[in-house]
Amino acid sequence: MTTPYLEVRDLQTHFTTFGGSRVVKAVDGISFSLREGETLGLVGESGCGKTTTCLSIVGLLPPAARIAGGEIRLAGEDLTKKSPREMRRIRGRKIAMILQDPMASLNPLFNIYTQVSEPAYYHLGIRRQSLRRRVEDLLRSVRIPSPAMRMRNYPHQMSGGMRQRIVGAIALAGGPKLIIADEPTTNLDVTIQAQYLDLLKDIQQETGVAIIFVTHNLGIVAKMCDRMAVMYAGKIVECGSVRDLFGAPSHPYTKALLGSMAKLGSKEPLFAIPGQPPDLANLPPGCAFHPRCAEATQHCSEHEPKIVPCGQDWTAKCWLAHPKESLRHDHARA
Amino acid sequence: MPVLEVRDLQKHFPVATGTLLRRKTGWVKAVESINFSIEAGETLGLIGESGCGKTTTAKLILLQERPTGGTIRFDGEDIGGLHGDGLMRYRRSVQVVFQDPFASLSPRMRVGDIIAEPLEIHTGMTRQQLQQRVAEVLELVGLSPDVAKLFPHEFSGGQRQRVAIARALATNTRLIILDEPVSALDVSIRAQIINQLEHLQDTLGVSYLFIGHDLATVAHISQRIAVMYLGHLVEIAESTELCAHPLHPYTQALLIAALPAHPDAKQERIAITGEIPSALAPPPGCRFHTRCPHAMPRCSVEAPVSKEVAPGHAVACHLF
Repeated sequence: MTTPYLEVRDLQTHFTTFGGSRVVKAVDGISFSLREGETLGLVGESGCGKTTTCLSIVGLLPPAARIAGGEIRLAGEDLTKKSPREMRRIRGRKIAMILQDPMASLNPLFNIYTQVSEPAYYHLGIRRQSLRRRVEDLLRSVRIPSPAMRMRNYPHQMSGGMRQRIVGAIALAGGPKLIIADEPTTNLDVTIQAQYLDLLKDIQQETGVAIIFVTHNLGIVAKMCDRMAVMYAGKIVECGSVRDLFGAPSHPYTKALLGSMAKLGSKEPLFAIPGQPPDLANLPPGCAFHPRCAEATQHCSEHEPKIVPCGQDWTAKCWLAHPKESLRHDHARA
Repeated sequence: MPVLEVRDLQKHFPVATGTLLRRKTGWVKAVESINFSIEAGETLGLIGESGCGKTTTAKLILLQERPTGGTIRFDGEDIGGLHGDGLMRYRRSVQVVFQDPFASLSPRMRVGDIIAEPLEIHTGMTRQQLQQRVAEVLELVGLSPDVAKLFPHEFSGGQRQRVAIARALATNTRLIILDEPVSALDVSIRAQIINQLEHLQDTLGVSYLFIGHDLATVAHISQRIAVMYLGHLVEIAESTELCAHPLHPYTQALLIAALPAHPDAKQERIAITGEIPSALAPPPGCRFHTRCPHAMPRCSVEAPVSKEVAPGHAVACHLF
């Protein structure tokens, strides 16, 4: 087993509001790791801390938030100890980010060439003719037709799907080893989404880049990811290989999320999770999921569960979770 | 007799250029002779990508836009000719639930007043009767009658959507247009709303036109599905039949593009390329031929007509 490229250990990101009188633990002690070329799906509902986790990694937290503890190791170096200046050399060069809305992440006043070439210009020191060739290659790799012509265009001249591919080209321009994609296809139509996901897979195969896929859509995780981490109320409640978690989820929340997914061609009633996600400023005691959990006991409402290993590379934060060795053997045989 | 019957429905929007002399320079053919019907107690799913005319169709049924051709019949009566009492009766019977419950409920009105408003307009109920009816429909959608006093901002997204559904149900509605009712909601809440809608249909016998772009969700709730592409209805069939034997290449592409429910599910690469063309300058012939993997010379010249290939399964494609 190789050492992980990215390792997040006990990360805590807190928001301070009302002049410091109230602290919201948006990310509360999460740990996960990512090997080179691997795809991790970060799954959860809105407000569960997915995006805050990503912003903590790239060092782009809003002023009200700060990393209160833990470490983020990228190829052995702790990113939480870096100065803003050092982080600028890392963003774009080692970690790139793709955001949800391509219209908001592209600058309407600059043409495509300027925006795609910027990371290569700053981080890789490429200039003039070779920069132009580099941009052409990048646009070609994200399947933009006639790139030499298209790079003189402005964002408004392109469709939503094409803009999101341009954002992908910018992310690749600095030659990063990790791309964080925060709901990159939410604004795209289904057929365009399918094309974009296929494209990301191709790019990953060509360049070996690792991807963290932030999404609330389990279908995307099933299609794209090797491993997944399920977040609820600022904590990772279950983390493991996509196959294990889809096959035999350990945490009731993972089970419930999978049960609430509409499956094509199935008319079986969906499993509805009762209640709604908790307010992070006012979390229930014990396990944060217990008010909505079908299997909760008295114990769950009083004591916070510990992280339990369920199998190889597979953990769950639940009092009911237990190792599933026998199941893994069944998987191996099947 | 179907509750709603749409025949050769057509809506063209004029396009004008210039600021002073606004000359008509063309037409956006948003909806182009589509046909479908909805039976009592049935859900018809309407699926397609953005700009395909789903919402225009909904607006035509809601009389927010007037069609440029074709008819919409409700209980056998052409709604284009309705006025006075007949029109009021129609508006009472057909209601709508929008995608974003944060935008569709007035922040200045109490939930009880929001739900009572259509009742005040359409019925001569007294204050007490109104309150009673509001409590009734709130209970129907799984909310406590006490919440009538609250304002929308005191609710979560899922609860707001329940309020929107309660408002749509208040006037003993027979057909509800659901325009992407779960797209704006959290995943754990979507199933709640879908189950609630199914339960309401079972108990009240109301019909739905469910507009969506996620095939798995639409197929789950609908008995039949109509697929739209650039203003045309390309295929319509029972939802199980459509998912098992999609005929139109576009429907096939939508099925392939639908995300898998399990990592081990068989996954194909999507065969169609490019993006949906502009409705201002739609391609001639079959509008899908520019992206179709099976396009023939004939497709770019002649527009296919819808043919019934099996009972209840119609497709508009030259391959059939």
